[in-house]
Amino acid sequence: MTVAIDRATGKRHGDRAPRPGLGGRLKHSYQKHWYAYAMIAPVAIVLGVLVLYPLVYGLYLTLTDANSLNTARTIGVNHIDATYKFIGLDNYKDILFGPTSYDRFWSHFIWTIAWTAICVALHYTIGLGLALLLNQKLRGRTFYRLILILPWAVPTFVTVFGWRFMLADGGIINIALDALRLPQPDWLESTFWQRFAAIMVNTWCGVPFMMVSLLGGLQSIDASLYEAAEMDGATAWQRFRYVTLPGLRSVSSTVVLLGIIWTFNQFAVIFLLFGNTAPDAQILVTWAYYLGFGQQPRDFAQSAAYGILLLAILIVFTSFYRRWLNRNDQQLAI
Amino acid sequence: MSTTTVETSATVSGPNSAAASVRRRGEPSPAGRFASHGVLIAASLIAFFPVAWLIYLSLGPDEDDYLHPGGIWSKMSFANYSFVLQHTGFFDWLKSSLIVSLGTTVIGVMIAATTGYAVSRMRFPGYRKFMWVLLVTQMFPVAVLMVPMYQILSDLQLIDSYLGLVLVYCSTAVPYCAWLLKGYFDTIPFEIDEAGRVDGLTPFGTFARLILPLAKPGLAVAAFYSFLTAFGEVAFASTFMLSDTKYTFAVGLQTFVSEHDAQRNLMAATAVLIAIPVSAFFYLVQKNLVTGLTAGGTKG
Repeated sequence: MTVAIDRATGKRHGDRAPRPGLGGRLKHSYQKHWYAYAMIAPVAIVLGVLVLYPLVYGLYLTLTDANSLNTARTIGVNHIDATYKFIGLDNYKDILFGPTSYDRFWSHFIWTIAWTAICVALHYTIGLGLALLLNQKLRGRTFYRLILILPWAVPTFVTVFGWRFMLADGGIINIALDALRLPQPDWLESTFWQRFAAIMVNTWCGVPFMMVSLLGGLQSIDASLYEAAEMDGATAWQRFRYVTLPGLRSVSSTVVLLGIIWTFNQFAVIFLLFGNTAPDAQILVTWAYYLGFGQQPRDFAQSAAYGILLLAILIVFTSFYRRWLNRNDQQLAI
Repeated sequence: MSTTTVETSATVSGPNSAAASVRRRGEPSPAGRFASHGVLIAASLIAFFPVAWLIYLSLGPDEDDYLHPGGIWSKMSFANYSFVLQHTGFFDWLKSSLIVSLGTTVIGVMIAATTGYAVSRMRFPGYRKFMWVLLVTQMFPVAVLMVPMYQILSDLQLIDSYLGLVLVYCSTAVPYCAWLLKGYFDTIPFEIDEAGRVDGLTPFGTFARLILPLAKPGLAVAAFYSFLTAFGEVAFASTFMLSDTKYTFAVGLQTFVSEHDAQRNLMAATAVLIAIPVSAFFYLVQKNLVTGLTAGGTKG
């Protein structure tokens, strides 16, 4: 924070003098900036080879009818050449408007939106609540903190299996519900409870990150602000509303965006909880995976088209989010 | 629930209450403290229970013991653990997990370091576009790259090879490390660079001789983070690794539950064996990890 550098965000407008023509400009910019370009070259090359090329190739595949029966493949010693053909935008048309497109795309789309919204809201409110509690001077708060980040410390693919044991038909959760004389839902079979279970598990996994980031944000709020508010007679709610929340704004906007992106793309929880069963509980990401790799024949083209659609949704959302933050005079930190 | 607790703690600690003179700011009242402890204990139990339950189940020798957890007490044993260590591919999986995660970590950090520095210190035409690309790459859904990557790697005969998986992971690890390192480099005073420049160092010299040694904690955070992400990745590993000696843990663990047979006891034991070192590692580095993640976030 003591850094005196001019950040990109700080000097976006009007810091360049009018410049000569394109050729001269390129030459000048090369002389002035070649250090910078040399330094970003490794990442630029890696991204070009590992991200851009597959992306373009994937984009091309979405315009074909490629599946595992007509792509190039090697069986034993025989090499079979690719026979898929170009079909234009038919895949997108079929996904978005084709027959049964509601069952195949829109129902998953709605569920994905609901899943993202509910999960992030739960992550944020529970995380904020716990962070507020941990921000007090309490005995043993380091201990609480260490326990509470346990779901983040253990790899997700391990804990999800733990949850699967607990949620299974005769598992501990239903045993406990039975002991309390409560109904025992079949967690991993009926659609509603599958979705409920998925949200529950993902909330459990995602709260610690929010809690820890928000706790860092809370600790960076200047204590004198609270003092001043108290002197002015602000109630606890007013202090929370007018000191704490504004103080958390920059951390919040970042972690909420990260949370939305991560939850929208959350693969491990749903895939490991249900596998390829439970078609109704699949979010778009796992559904795209199912189309491309979980069924026979593998429908590569449609799977890739889902991927592109998902990326488009995320990019549009992020652009709006940034614009909305900028309008409220906030810079997105990341 | 949180707001209630805060309100209780603060209504009493108002400026005109008698107790306020004794209690210092940020210290809740007895009632508030009691409520806070209650909520925190409940939350801790929820956070802890699934993991504890997994450990408990791993001690039951039969595969249906999870249905009769009470019975485990009387016949508790480490039989599952010795079976997993001796008769399954545990060590193969360990080897592939380590190769892939360490490979990703090393390549990711090495490639990203100079870029993190460049975007932290230098402004060049295309800067904002470049940052935008770095940001967008991090939000690629699994599905976008999986199909084309599968095709490309098949052509290159890199399916079912460690190198292939490392390359795939680098597509996310490299931009992420660059972001993380930019956040860390931003916290290193700019004056150090200027001092180096004045003493006649080129930007590369400044970076290599002055900044890089100072940035070791940041590099460590980026390394830990890449390691943990690569270690826990499920989708690509499940699809691209075909032979069971090359499975990473995330794939190997799934093999215990097939359509015909579910060896839940062995699975629980393996899960515990994986979780212990990884969580220990996480706890060792968590302080740095958290500061690193939020440094990128709060100071951008």
